[in-house]
Amino acid sequence: MTHKLLTDGPGEKMMLLGNEAIARGAVEAGVAFASTYPGTPSSEISLNLFQISKQTDLYFEYSTNEKVALEVSAAAANAGVRAMCIMKHVGVNVAADVLMTLAYIGVKGGLVILTADDPFMFSSQNEQDNRYYAKLSGLPMLEPSSVAEAKEMVPRAFDLSEKLGEPVLLRTTTRINHSTGIVSFGQVQTPQTRGDFTKDPFNYVCVPAVSRKLHVRLLENMDRAEELAAASEFNFVEGDGTWGVICNGVSYSYVADAVQDLDIGDRTRVLRIGFSHPVPGSLIKDFLKACDKVLVVEEGEPYMEEAVKAFAQEAGLTLPVRGKDKDLFSRLYEFDPALVRGAMARFFGVPYSPPVTPDLSDLPELPQRPPNLCAGCSHRATYYAVKKAAEGSDTIYPSDIGCYTLGFLPPLSMADFVVCMGASVGAACGFSKVTDKKVVAFIGDSTFFHSGMAGLVNAVFNNHNFTLVILDNSTTAMTGHQPHPGVDMTDMNMDGYGRVSIEAVVRAIGAPHVTVIKPFKVKKSIEAVREALEFKGVSVIISREACTLYAKSLNRLNSRAFYVSDKCRHDRGCLDDLGCPAFYLRNEQVMIDPDLCVGCAVCAQLCPENAILPLKA
Amino acid sequence: MNQNQTTRLIIVAVGGQGNLLASRVIGEAALASNVPVRMSEIHGMAQRGGVVESAIVFGNAESTIISDGEADILVGFEPLETLRALNKCNPQTLVITNLSPLSPATVSAGKSVYPGLKEIQRLIREKTAKLIAFDAAALAKEAGSVLSVNMVLVGAMIQTGVLPLTAESVKEIIRTKTKERFVDVNLAAFELGFSKADASS
Repeated sequence: MTHKLLTDGPGEKMMLLGNEAIARGAVEAGVAFASTYPGTPSSEISLNLFQISKQTDLYFEYSTNEKVALEVSAAAANAGVRAMCIMKHVGVNVAADVLMTLAYIGVKGGLVILTADDPFMFSSQNEQDNRYYAKLSGLPMLEPSSVAEAKEMVPRAFDLSEKLGEPVLLRTTTRINHSTGIVSFGQVQTPQTRGDFTKDPFNYVCVPAVSRKLHVRLLENMDRAEELAAASEFNFVEGDGTWGVICNGVSYSYVADAVQDLDIGDRTRVLRIGFSHPVPGSLIKDFLKACDKVLVVEEGEPYMEEAVKAFAQEAGLTLPVRGKDKDLFSRLYEFDPALVRGAMARFFGVPYSPPVTPDLSDLPELPQRPPNLCAGCSHRATYYAVKKAAEGSDTIYPSDIGCYTLGFLPPLSMADFVVCMGASVGAACGFSKVTDKKVVAFIGDSTFFHSGMAGLVNAVFNNHNFTLVILDNSTTAMTGHQPHPGVDMTDMNMDGYGRVSIEAVVRAIGAPHVTVIKPFKVKKSIEAVREALEFKGVSVIISREACTLYAKSLNRLNSRAFYVSDKCRHDRGCLDDLGCPAFYLRNEQVMIDPDLCVGCAVCAQLCPENAILPLKA
Repeated sequence: MNQNQTTRLIIVAVGGQGNLLASRVIGEAALASNVPVRMSEIHGMAQRGGVVESAIVFGNAESTIISDGEADILVGFEPLETLRALNKCNPQTLVITNLSPLSPATVSAGKSVYPGLKEIQRLIREKTAKLIAFDAAALAKEAGSVLSVNMVLVGAMIQTGVLPLTAESVKEIIRTKTKERFVDVNLAAFELGFSKADASS
């Protein structure tokens, strides 16, 4: 069946997730090349392009990390084809080294770098505002305000990239990526899939003498970009009142609704900034001159507010300009319609009564429902084995980014320090050097390839003393089962891929003590971990067992539920130590939900009464 | 049903209850009926047993999310989660809830207490305009599959008339856009939910 985003019907309307709309925009733009490392909230863009690549000439790859992904796409674009590189906001940190100098080199074919920011951190470790990457690198940036506009912006971003000869940053936030709206399809451009690279070392080889020249060109490009931003249809004014509002992204939709709800359309003038770097000075100054006071409505940092205030100073204007302020907007989290409506009412002095929320003070304390490792998750088994092996010693557990981070909650409590992708290994080096405690670091398979390998090389070279546990579940589970270099791609019915063995990599790096365990074999695993912990130096445990959900999707899960028999004497270690969601209590008796249990049998092995048995088939 | 009026619907569920399909059916029905619609969802951890929340805004608005106190209708696929989402309601809000609980891990492990179902209903009734509460899981089983809880609740929310959608437009989407082998069960579930809400009003 043809992928729905390949529908060739200009004018056709479809309900699309923001990320689907962006992928459709890429199709309409004639994208020939795409690379990514998966990360919420960007993951569905890549997933759709991955699927589309199986039906078209589009080249798509899951790269090992965002830096590699950008290098790959940057070269493709400099060979003249249209390329898209997709990542979450913190992925740009990884790719930043490429980004900063790629801005000097520029591109020949269009290159659009999608950065998906995550205000409120629905699924991220921070809520950094990546608009500053545009400012830092000098690259143009576009920001959509709706799902429909996100699709429209993609082809325009490619045109802009080719016009300026620079990569273009397309910045979204979670509420664009994961909103759904009605999108009208446009014409699909036929991709140009083959390119060629013309040698031109004095424009491509960034030695100091070349870079000094290229930086001049970047600044000239920024001037041209500012002119384009000032004339861009993505920067538009609505209304002709004297109360000014400057806004971007999803904030624009909240502002538009607030103008209606407060009935102040005849008094306001709204400037929506969709082409947000370089900030168009002339446009802003003209806007300020028509206003008595201005409110800047932007989630995150005061990126526009600072620029607007600077432009006001240049123009000799003293009107009040406010935004981030304890009475108005915070730098924290995401906005919502009522928050923006309230702040606008306060700033402009409009009578307004906020929504009536019920008094919830008499509600009992409600049990939380945090996400949990799945029933039959191999990470739980590995954590249990490590915990048992380390029993009695005070151990520090640096961990990393992935499903296994969920093990930080009780009863497992197996993460003490989590920063960013790959950091568990480097952190283990530091902790083991300056403390007298045992250190056991955890990292996933995909994360190990992403940025854990360099940490392990460091540990071997500097002769650190800790145990690294690589949780190898054969997939990038957290973001939706994307492949990584250790995956057997024939599992996904895809040929033509290589495969990198984690064990071979670890041995080649020279880790002096390497063991592979099957975590569902509890006793053997505990023994192996104990040995690794006793080893002085770098020891590595590779814990290998496929993600349960992934195995299920491949029809490889031999699921056989277990039950608690009447031999049970209520030891409750199964319930208390494992935190498996298949367990529950009924009248003080431990029970197993047969619909959830997949039969990993870890609980059965640790039951002192041998009371947990497989259900008869 | 005035299509220019804004109607705000919140659906809360536990991962795996089919909230996202329910939202999609409602959204597609709106598209087919020329009702402006936009939605947002938070589903990063849906497969790991977390809470999934969808906001669906019909009519004349640009926002895709719904602020506290601004839902016209709250539909909860799980009673504790319905109660937890009361901050989205105001004294005029209509609430529909499934009464079949799914225990959070801490409750299963005996570390915290699930509030009584009667207490949950009392609290919701006291703070909102109206509560329609029934065991949607039982009706889903009656329809042929416990997985059709989502369609039972879609039927119930359509019956209330709060959403600018006709029953026929939604059923047409169930017929054409849900998996073929589930269409009959889904339609039966829709009808059972519809009748149940009718009898409760």
